[in-house]
Formats: sequence, structure tokens, C-alpha cells
Amino acid sequence: MGKIFKFNKDVDTDQIIASQYLLFPTIDEMKAHTFESLNSDFASLVKPGDFVVADENFGCGSSREQAPSVLKALGVKAVIAKSFARIFYRNSINIGMPVIVSKELYDSVSEGDEMELDLKQGIITVGEKTFQCTKLPAKMQEILDQGGLIASLNN
Amino acid sequence: MGMTMAEKIIAAAAGVESTRAGDIETVTLDRLMSNDGTTHLTIDMYNNLKNPHIEDVSKLVWIIDHNIPADSPKTAASHKKMRNFAKEHGIKFYEGEGVCHQIMMENHVRPGELIFGADSHTCAYGALGAFGTGVGCTDYLYAMVTGTSWLLVPETIRFNLKGKLREGVYARDLILTIIGRISANGANYKAMEFVGEGMAGLSMADRISICNLCVEAGAKTALMEVDDVAMAYLKEHGREPKHIFKSDEDAVFSQVYDIDLSEINPIVAKPHFVDNIVDASECQDVKIDEAFLGSCNNGRIEDLRVGASVIKGKHVADGVRFLVVPASRAVYNQALKEGILDTFMEAGAMVMNPNCSVCWGACQGVIGEGETLISTGTRNFKGRAGHKDSFVYLASAATVTASAITGKITTADKVI
Repeated sequence: MGKIFKFNKDVDTDQIIASQYLLFPTIDEMKAHTFESLNSDFASLVKPGDFVVADENFGCGSSREQAPSVLKALGVKAVIAKSFARIFYRNSINIGMPVIVSKELYDSVSEGDEMELDLKQGIITVGEKTFQCTKLPAKMQEILDQGGLIASLNN
Repeated sequence: MGMTMAEKIIAAAAGVESTRAGDIETVTLDRLMSNDGTTHLTIDMYNNLKNPHIEDVSKLVWIIDHNIPADSPKTAASHKKMRNFAKEHGIKFYEGEGVCHQIMMENHVRPGELIFGADSHTCAYGALGAFGTGVGCTDYLYAMVTGTSWLLVPETIRFNLKGKLREGVYARDLILTIIGRISANGANYKAMEFVGEGMAGLSMADRISICNLCVEAGAKTALMEVDDVAMAYLKEHGREPKHIFKSDEDAVFSQVYDIDLSEINPIVAKPHFVDNIVDASECQDVKIDEAFLGSCNNGRIEDLRVGASVIKGKHVADGVRFLVVPASRAVYNQALKEGILDTFMEAGAMVMNPNCSVCWGACQGVIGEGETLISTGTRNFKGRAGHKDSFVYLASAATVTASAITGKITTADKVI
């Protein structure tokens, strides 16, 4: 079980992690600034196993991989959105962070709700309600299963 | 059934005869660009590989352009890591020479190439008929090590351009209008292709500006056919095409739009979304604190000429900062030669070194709480140019310069 943090549509990667932190030496030094402009308490409130739930076009804008990386470093288990911008989606899978498309979830849950995710089956449970999510394309699932794209280079 | 330009470039890079939107292909990359926004992290990942290896170092181009000159010891450390690695491995390296995409257009991009750039605006390369697409550092590293990657072949949205932009209307107004029409994710996963008789009236600067901004509609890439204008640009910069592709007549497009250039007006994209566009005339009471003329979108010599012609003999408004940032050293030197930098300096502008500057919002010309910027940059996201509670309006070089003169959003026809 993890807690839901909700975000609106068209959340761009500048909001996830702003430019002024991107040249910090490590992701660990950046992560305290995650979502600073939208929810300045996010980094201190989020716990490993929590979820980000968003409306359409999550992660649009810059190709900065720091965006999914800070979410992963804070322990976010998955991002579930109505849709994702292309580069953020690909970057997330590449670093081994699940990104899941659900058209229903965002409108059916509230900030702070507890949620459970069965990644293999693509089923989300919030209270009494269950949601079937869109499955990852086979190529993406394969990358995720092996723990990200770099893992394949080390095999 | 024929193929689109995007399908043809990917098929060639994959070594297959044909491919279709929706297919996944393993491709060999022609070029790999990375800048200081993420390269320090790529290097850390590289050093942690079991068998670190660069497949073909001649394909790599590394450019320090985002935070240059360094603004802090942390930035300086990241730059040092990048500089040293490039030197050690013999990677083509630029520092302080200009914005990465302008450097790539001036020195590297060839028609028909497939290029990964660790920067979302890599789609700019379509102005020369190359398939450029933005990637994160993991994709970049994988391509650097293996020379290859995988691509989902995109559908293509085609834009048929006809007619001519009216005087005082620019390519930037056109592409902002298009993004407003199809929305911030209207081209997500897709290629945007621009064709038609209207192309002939668009300079290379216009074309780069159009392709560069397509990612703001979510596009994977942008593409234009290689014509006399593109060939002249290539020749001027001493390069030959790798291959010239155009879409077949029976290629399949997911959507087709007909755009009459003569119907485009001066446009402003209001905070905090690039697709939040209105006619510039609707914003004329908005007071500004800063104006920015520059970036990979609008910092070329043509854009500086427009700005200089608007401000010549006039002065920046009291209390307004006007930053002018040529997109490359070549642009800077040309502007110097033409007296354009003098014009800006005499008018009270600040002329800065070639870099991403205000568009990056972390190094130069950052705006404070409650402040408003009008910009030729690529984005107007919340906090993009500094404080999270600040406001960015996007407009053409002409509108930005006119606004710097009056201190509020103004189209150029009001000040000339």
C-alpha cells in the first residue's frame, strides 16, 4: 500500500525538477527539490512505495532524465497518468521506474488515498474500487523486467 | 503503399527496405549530441558499466551551453567532469561557442541523418531533413556504447503551407499558432512534416525555429524537405547531404492540415503553457520586467536583425532589463560586424555571451518573485525562467524588442 499524490494535466519536467538543480553532482542532491513549484512539501512527505497520479500529458517538456530519476530516488513506486509525454515515458522505463496509463484512476481518487498496485496484472486497487490499466508495450516491459536499459549492457 | 520521410529515414538507419508507423526498429545512429544539462550523469553511469566502451567516438558531439559560464562551484565541477572526459576520449567538444542546436546546425547536421540529442529541442534538425529526437541520458549512454538504439516508428502529421507571412509576422508566430491549434500533446509520439509552396518563402532561420518548437506539441521529430534553401545553407557551411528523402505521394499521414501563412498574426503564448496562445494585441496591457531575445529558437542573426531594426534609435524602458543573446559565436561575430550589437548596447540592452541564457532559467537573467518576462525562448512553464511564482510570455523577436521599449507587451508596428 502506498499513498497517492495527485497532479494536474500537462505537468512538465521543469515542475518535477527545476533547471537550477540539474547540474548538482548527483540525483541524491537534487531529490529534495522534487515538485518544488507545485507542492513544496512533496519531497519531505513522500515515502517509499507511494504513487504519483496525474491527468493527461505527464512529463512534457525537457528531456531531462533527472525528472523520473528524482521520483525513483524518493521511492515513488510508479506514476499512473491518463497519458504521458513521450520522452518522460521512455526515460522512466529506461531507469526501471514503472509508468502506467489509466484513463479512469485520476478522476476516481483523492490526494492521500491509499492504493495498491499489482504491476504484473496491471491492476490497481483503491479501497473497494479496482482499475485495469493499459499494459506496457512488450519492448518496454522487457526493459523494465531486466531492471532498466543499462542492466542489459552489463549482462 | 508509400512511406513518409520519417519512415524512410528510420528504414535506412535500420538497414531495412521499408517500415511502417507502429513498427519498432533497431537503428544505427549517425550522430549523438549531449550538453551540460545531463552529461555529468551520463559519465557517472558510463564509469559504472561493467565494460565501458564507446562504439564510434567520431559520432559524439558534446556541448557546454546551458550554464556557461558556470554560476556555482557545483556547476563548475560538472563542467570539469564533462571537459575532462571529452578530452580523454577524443570527443568533439564545444564550450561557450553557443547553444547546442545552433552549433549542430552550423557544423554537423546532414540531411537524411538519424540523430539522438540529450535535449528535447533536437527536433530542430528536421530543418535540414534530418531526423533529430530528444532522449534522456540512459538512452544516450546505450547509443554511445552500442552505436544503436530502438525506435517506435512514428505516425506523421503533415502541414501543407501556402502563401506568405505578412510583414511583421514571423515563423515563430506560425509555429506558436500551430501548437495552439493542435495543443501541447497534439503531436505526442508523432512526426510533424512541413511541405508546400509556402516553404519557399521561409529562410533557414525560419525553418529551424519551426522545427525546434515542435516538441512543445509533443512531437518526436519534425521534418522538412531539402530544397534549394537548405542546399545553399549546407554549401555555405561546407557539408553535403547524407541522403535526401521525401515522403511518397501515397504515404499515409495521420492528419493533414492546410495552413495559409497570410492568415497568421503576431502571437503571444501566455503563462504557463506553450499552447496557451492569443493574438499579441490581446496582451498589450501586460507590464514586463524583463525581455529576452535569444535561444535555439530565436537567437540567429535574422532574429537579431529584426530586433535591431525595431530598437534602432530608441531606448529600453525604465526599469526593464533587455537581454540579447546571440545563439552562437558565428551569430555574435556577424552581429558585431553588422553593427547590430552596437545598436542594442546603445539602446540600453545587455548583450551576453552565446548560451541558453534566460530560456534555461538557471544561469543568466533569472527573474524574481512576481516578475514578468517576455521571451523568444522555447518555454513558458511555471518557474521556467526563475522564481516559481513568476510569469513568462513567449513571442517573436519583433514583439519582444518592441515590448522592451515600452515596458509592456507591444507589437512592433506600435513603436516603428
